Amino acid sequence: MAENVSKTKKLFTVGGLVVLALGIILYFAKEPLGLNRKIYDLPVFLILIGLGFALKGFMSKAKSEDDLDLGSKSFGEFLTNNAILLAMLVLVVVICILQPRFMQIRVALDILTQSSTKLIMALGICFALLIAGTDLSAGRMVGLSAVISASMMQTATYANRFFPDLPQVSIWIPIAAAVLACMLFGALNGFLVAKYEMHPFIATLATQVIIYGACSLYFDMPPNNSQPIGGIRPDFAQIGQMRLFQGIYPGFPGISILIPISLVICVIIWFVLNKTVFGKNVYAIGGNREAAVVAGINVFRNIMFIFILASFLYGIAGVLEAARTAGATNNYGNGYETDAIAACVVGGVSMSGGIGKVGGIVMGVLIFTVIQYGLQFINVSPMWQQVIKGVIIAVAVAIDLTKYRRK
Amino acid sequence: MSGFLLEMKNITKTFPGVKALDNVNLNVRAGTVHALMGENGAGKSTLMKCLFGIYNPDGGEIFLEGKKVNIHSARQAMDQGIAMVHQELHPIRFRSVMENVYLGRFPGHMGVVDHKSMYDKTKALFEDLELDVDPLALAGEQSAAILQMMEIARAVDMKAKIIILDEPTSSLSDREVEHLFKIINRLRAQGVAFIYISHKMKEILEISDEVTIMRDGQYVGTWPVTDDKGEKLTIDFIIKQMVGREMTNQFPPREGKPSDEVVLKVEHVSSPLKKSFQDVSFELHKQEILGIGGLVGAQRTEFVEALFGLRGIASGEIYLNNAKYTNKNPGYAKSKGLALLTEERRATGIFGILPILENTVIANQKNYASLGILNEKRMRIDAGEECKKLNVKTPSLQTLIQNLSGGNQQKVLIARWLLTNSDILILDEPTRGIDVGAKYEIYNIMLEQISLGRSIIMISSEMPELMGMSDRIMVMCEGRVTGFLNKGEYTQEKIMALATQFAGHKENAA
Repeated sequence: MAENVSKTKKLFTVGGLVVLALGIILYFAKEPLGLNRKIYDLPVFLILIGLGFALKGFMSKAKSEDDLDLGSKSFGEFLTNNAILLAMLVLVVVICILQPRFMQIRVALDILTQSSTKLIMALGICFALLIAGTDLSAGRMVGLSAVISASMMQTATYANRFFPDLPQVSIWIPIAAAVLACMLFGALNGFLVAKYEMHPFIATLATQVIIYGACSLYFDMPPNNSQPIGGIRPDFAQIGQMRLFQGIYPGFPGISILIPISLVICVIIWFVLNKTVFGKNVYAIGGNREAAVVAGINVFRNIMFIFILASFLYGIAGVLEAARTAGATNNYGNGYETDAIAACVVGGVSMSGGIGKVGGIVMGVLIFTVIQYGLQFINVSPMWQQVIKGVIIAVAVAIDLTKYRRK
Repeated sequence: MSGFLLEMKNITKTFPGVKALDNVNLNVRAGTVHALMGENGAGKSTLMKCLFGIYNPDGGEIFLEGKKVNIHSARQAMDQGIAMVHQELHPIRFRSVMENVYLGRFPGHMGVVDHKSMYDKTKALFEDLELDVDPLALAGEQSAAILQMMEIARAVDMKAKIIILDEPTSSLSDREVEHLFKIINRLRAQGVAFIYISHKMKEILEISDEVTIMRDGQYVGTWPVTDDKGEKLTIDFIIKQMVGREMTNQFPPREGKPSDEVVLKVEHVSSPLKKSFQDVSFELHKQEILGIGGLVGAQRTEFVEALFGLRGIASGEIYLNNAKYTNKNPGYAKSKGLALLTEERRATGIFGILPILENTVIANQKNYASLGILNEKRMRIDAGEECKKLNVKTPSLQTLIQNLSGGNQQKVLIARWLLTNSDILILDEPTRGIDVGAKYEIYNIMLEQISLGRSIIMISSEMPELMGMSDRIMVMCEGRVTGFLNKGEYTQEKIMALATQFAGHKENAA
């Protein structure tokens, strides 16, 4: 077994270095060989992938002995464990062959940008899934947060102002208001689930309807009367539109601010789930609620906190959506929860609770965006995209479940 | 022809990291009760799951009436005439008893269920088994004994040739056991074979014809209970084969005596539910093991759960170290130095899908956290030490607890509560479904805790354990305390008399 492990490590390190070297060679060779229009930024990707694998190889060496069980899995198990990921890789290769323009850094950054808000949503909803629940109100919370924040962030000269007499407020006030409103409804979710032991499906369904109604009422207030909110202040729009390092070399599109924001949130949530008492309690409540009660865990408080934290994340996602699109309507975020749940589930979060990792959720979100973006790139019709998306969900979960049922 | 109804030959089954079965044999004759014995983790359940199609063995063959069979699902097993009555029954609680009996094979035509015939058939089956239950009653309202009979009725109706009984008496009262044995004897006379898994030696010697013993996933041997010369197997012999060593004492010696200091005082505590515990009063002394005896249904579990804050109380006072204590919730009870090891290990004890590490520290996380952030290194060290001290057999702390045997799971749960440094340990059936070796280890742990100045309340339905471990026994019957017996004055008869004090009233009322 130990030999096997060191083999995997060697494979990662050596393979990574080979890919890295290939990338560097291609990088310098593509101009003289006239491959520029054929492989685009492939060398850069190769360098990054190579670096990644080499680092993984080095890192796993440093880890302690008992954490290395993973390396002993057979090849067949490796295939089933990563089936969707491998399918995605195959798709990417096919798209690259059909449409070499896909191999651009610009494309990769686009995919990451599009994943950002989805990832924040998925990280919120994973808490509800981890306690064997769900959260149907997530999408509507995005809408609520977008409308509230946008309504207070219009330029003074804009004709259709939501609050005609509102002075230029600090950017943080509307953000706080929007997020707090979401957290309030999150607390309602938590209260219904924790206090009455209501199934989260029903509790959040009720909240979802209430939020949409409340949001529409707010949106319909005179003088706005349900017109889309526009004329967003540039400083607010920057939160979603700013690009970092733009033009550090000719043609570099810049990194969207959404990417670092979602990365930071990702790290925080990973920390919360893995290193805090609260995180362990979430897994425990999801694993066996009765036993958690007996172990003296305050289930009520934890469930409240789960839904409030989740709604905090939806609130952030809503603010970012409003800023990115520089506008809002009460229909923002509609249906986002299903995408987020799907991404979580494809990323290995169990609907029956207690199982799920942040890394998996990131994977799940990326897989969906890559596939969607890739299919658009090669002009697959949106209707077929829907069909394929559905198939992915079903297949991913089927594979996941057989994994656990294996005896 | 071998003359055996069932032959399992060289069955092998490997789980990741564990060889659960290593070339195990089991030969069962028609019309006999065949006891399958072994410590927890010896592989009895795994072997039965292989027979019943829940697991696919990696190697070996199964012959039924001389013909080789391949069983890949419970359905196929049932079609071959094999039925299993599990230790923990999971009826469909909100459906009637008869629907549970005929689940999966409802009588009727073209998908329309014939309720009348189902009712009549169930009624007839129950009459045959001397069971007085309305087939229309909800399954969720029946006692464990009746649910078990329901499963047996199901097996009988399916014309099962082999019925597997996994720990059938673990939650039955003596009278219910008697009834069960009567039914077993009758079915045996009709040619049905039983595979009987139990830890209770006396029962085994009373009911079985042959005994097969397993140890650490291996086959040890098969012996007739009464040999050709009419000599009976002895308990000592069986234990020796099971553990592979001589067990001289069932209980470790108790040193020292409880002090006079009262740590817990319960005065006239009653449940809001009429049928549950009423007017319970007692004192628990420091360094005392107070046993609570009684039949199933004596509301002992309900009482200790209320003490721990899992259930409410309507009236009465509780004092902890002379200070008034309210049973707000388990978290509060924990902070006041109480610990509760529950009876239902699976349902309310373990977190199956979590590793041993998390399972061990879950009740004590606050001590490893600053500002809510856990110190994993310290958790690892403490959990590792505690599990090692309690002799938990596991490849690593990362192993999921559901992959351990029952005895080892129980030890992890005990480790969990020992980590909280609680002064009063409430142990509800601490050795239920656990093998002899692990039992002895748990008794040692209890005595060690006593010597550290702690006190124990132990509920036990096993008479020898109750009498062997307790300093004092409180007996309950129908939710009421019927008496206290001190060490030296208790006998099985006295305890039984107190435990059945109201039994007559119940029958009159019914």
